[in-house]
Amino acid sequence: MTGTFVGMPAFPSAARAALADTQLRHNLAHATGVIRGKRAAVVGEVDNWEELRLAGAAVKERALLALDTQLVRLEESLTAHGAVVHWARDAEEANRIVVGLARAHEVDEVVKVKSMLTQEIGLNEALEAAGIAAWETDLAELIVQLGGDLPSHILVPAIHRNRAEIREIFARRMGEVGRPAPADLTDEPAVLAGAAREHLREKFLRARMAVSGANFAVADTGTLVVVESEGNGRMCLTLPEVLVSIVGIEKVVPTWAELDPLLRLLPRSSTGERMNPYTSTWSGITPGDGPQEVHVVLLDNGRTRALADEVGRQALRCIRCSACLNVCPVYERTGGHAYGSVYPGPIGAILNPLLRGTGDPQTDALPYASSLCGACFEACPVRIDIPEVLVHLRSQVVDGHREDRVPKPEAVAFRGAGWAFGDARRLDRAERLSSLAGRLLRRRGRTSLGRLPGPGSAWTDARDLPAPPTESFRDWWRRTDGGERP
Amino acid sequence: MRVALMVTCVNDAMFPGTGQAVVRLLRRLGVDVDFPQAQTCCGQPMVNTGYLDEAVPAVRSFVRAFEGYDAVVTPSGSCAGSARHQHRLVAERSGDPGLAAAVAETSPRTYELSEFLVDVLGVTDVGAYFPHSVTYHPTCHSLRMLGVGDRPRRLLERVRGLRLVDLPKAEECCGFGGTFALKNADTSVAMGSDKARHVRETGAEVLVAGDNSCLMHIGGVLGRGRAGVRVLHLAEILASTEEQPA
Ligand code: SF4
Repeated sequence: MTGTFVGMPAFPSAARAALADTQLRHNLAHATGVIRGKRAAVVGEVDNWEELRLAGAAVKERALLALDTQLVRLEESLTAHGAVVHWARDAEEANRIVVGLARAHEVDEVVKVKSMLTQEIGLNEALEAAGIAAWETDLAELIVQLGGDLPSHILVPAIHRNRAEIREIFARRMGEVGRPAPADLTDEPAVLAGAAREHLREKFLRARMAVSGANFAVADTGTLVVVESEGNGRMCLTLPEVLVSIVGIEKVVPTWAELDPLLRLLPRSSTGERMNPYTSTWSGITPGDGPQEVHVVLLDNGRTRALADEVGRQALRCIRCSACLNVCPVYERTGGHAYGSVYPGPIGAILNPLLRGTGDPQTDALPYASSLCGACFEACPVRIDIPEVLVHLRSQVVDGHREDRVPKPEAVAFRGAGWAFGDARRLDRAERLSSLAGRLLRRRGRTSLGRLPGPGSAWTDARDLPAPPTESFRDWWRRTDGGERP
Repeated sequence: MRVALMVTCVNDAMFPGTGQAVVRLLRRLGVDVDFPQAQTCCGQPMVNTGYLDEAVPAVRSFVRAFEGYDAVVTPSGSCAGSARHQHRLVAERSGDPGLAAAVAETSPRTYELSEFLVDVLGVTDVGAYFPHSVTYHPTCHSLRMLGVGDRPRRLLERVRGLRLVDLPKAEECCGFGGTFALKNADTSVAMGSDKARHVRETGAEVLVAGDNSCLMHIGGVLGRGRAGVRVLHLAEILASTEEQPA
């Protein structure tokens, strides 16, 4: 898997390909199972988890409902601390700003950390087109980048890779882009991490410009916050002369104090840890210490569109913990690539159509990439009712096709069903046909239908379907007066 | 108390035995149960697929059929969930305040079978006899949308002769999901196969759940694999007696 997500096939066919990859399914089932267990254990330790969830949801909700004033406040406080604030409407504008800054400083490489947003806008590709190399420094991102791959999980982008595959990628690729992996590289996690450390250290010490994302942006104090496990982010944020942070406008939190529930919810939900190892915060410039030029790009790229959707806007509360991915039975089997976006799993199934709008085959398929089992809602630390948003988006997909000149067979079928369900007599007639079929089949000794042709084959290719009964419940009730008569 | 059975469209057309079991069970417990002929479907297949306008006639016939009853009982966690959580959406969309008011009336009086038995009738021992090993799958909508909790287990534990075996990964979705089973058939079957494997691992003779749609899917996968495990709706086990075994 190489290149970008754009133009990837719609979910059902992408999923089919992933399902056929037994190694992938094994890697995923194992990895999500482990994180799921860890999360459940540490969440169970917190007595007032539900209250904490409500508090976290409320903080984000408050910020979103006053987003305009919060963002202006953020700009003021960042500027007061010596940062330069840029506003970007979409991917193109954001990329142009970053490329422009790199050119102004005449750098031909940047180090990067913690930014799914840059993946969302294709920044690496834009930089590459401008002759600037972008090095990922998060371990998993590094694996994905060296493997010429795409991330498949929010938190563990290389979740679909196992140790042996990672060793192979390091041995083959590291030398081509920097310090090669040691000759005696094994697939021991510590050895692999050591090789990455040596490889990256060289890049940290050399790079003059860094690009980061942010987990939160505090409006009041003009503070950006990055939460991470490896400490590589800290190197990116402190060593280079120029720091450019790209921040989605939904990341704003009104006050410093309100970070409290979020910083408690995040590590337990994401990595299953009580506390995350590294929390870096910075406000503009500190003379003589750290980057002496700090830029913050505040990016919309569909977020105001999502905000305008009354049911869908709750998706902007997301703190990217990935708990919903780890409990999702669909994600567990298909992996992240099938979702065709840097945001996979349940949150991806709602966020992508919300950001990009429904109407193309790829985004239209995503709201249906769920069995609506509700496990994601139960796990979400900020109480995003993902099933509710999924159903809402499905209705947007359907409504978007109401004016089609040739309606889809499914639309015709549901119109027919809607009509039949409007009146019991109509339903009764349909059931008579089905019991007639049932009588014919059962007379021939068949209790299940075998393989059906046409759309029914989607069911019967791998599952039996019982033959209809010889009499509907309704007919039985009428015939026997609800069982009173034999 | 005037009690109506909402049998659900799937049970009506495909699993009449489940409706009959509910009737037998409730009568045995002294409930006078009625079957309003005007009922059709809760509208969930349309709502969950995004056809909200198409669900309006179903919701309309639902509130009309069950008007005036003290309780509406249904052997389906998912249809009870639909009545309680989705009818409001459909009514709002229809723009008909009369329908919205009728929904507000009916929704809270709609109960899934185990809720009705435990919460309204206050019984857990329904006098059933079923001498087999059974494993219970809590369907997603019963579990999460309705929150039936351990009510079905409490009912099963009091069935004479029944041996309840724990199902590994019980709370994981079986992959049915209504139209999901067709639109994403491959993923659905992959989930169903894992569920079927866990069911076989228990060694139980019977798989029980509170939703025939999920059982049809899991049973369909088990059937193709010739697993020899029977699937039965909770109502049929609770209705089962020595004289009239399920
Ligand atoms: S939707 Fe909720 S559970 Fe999923 S990543 Fe976002 S915050 Fe975490």
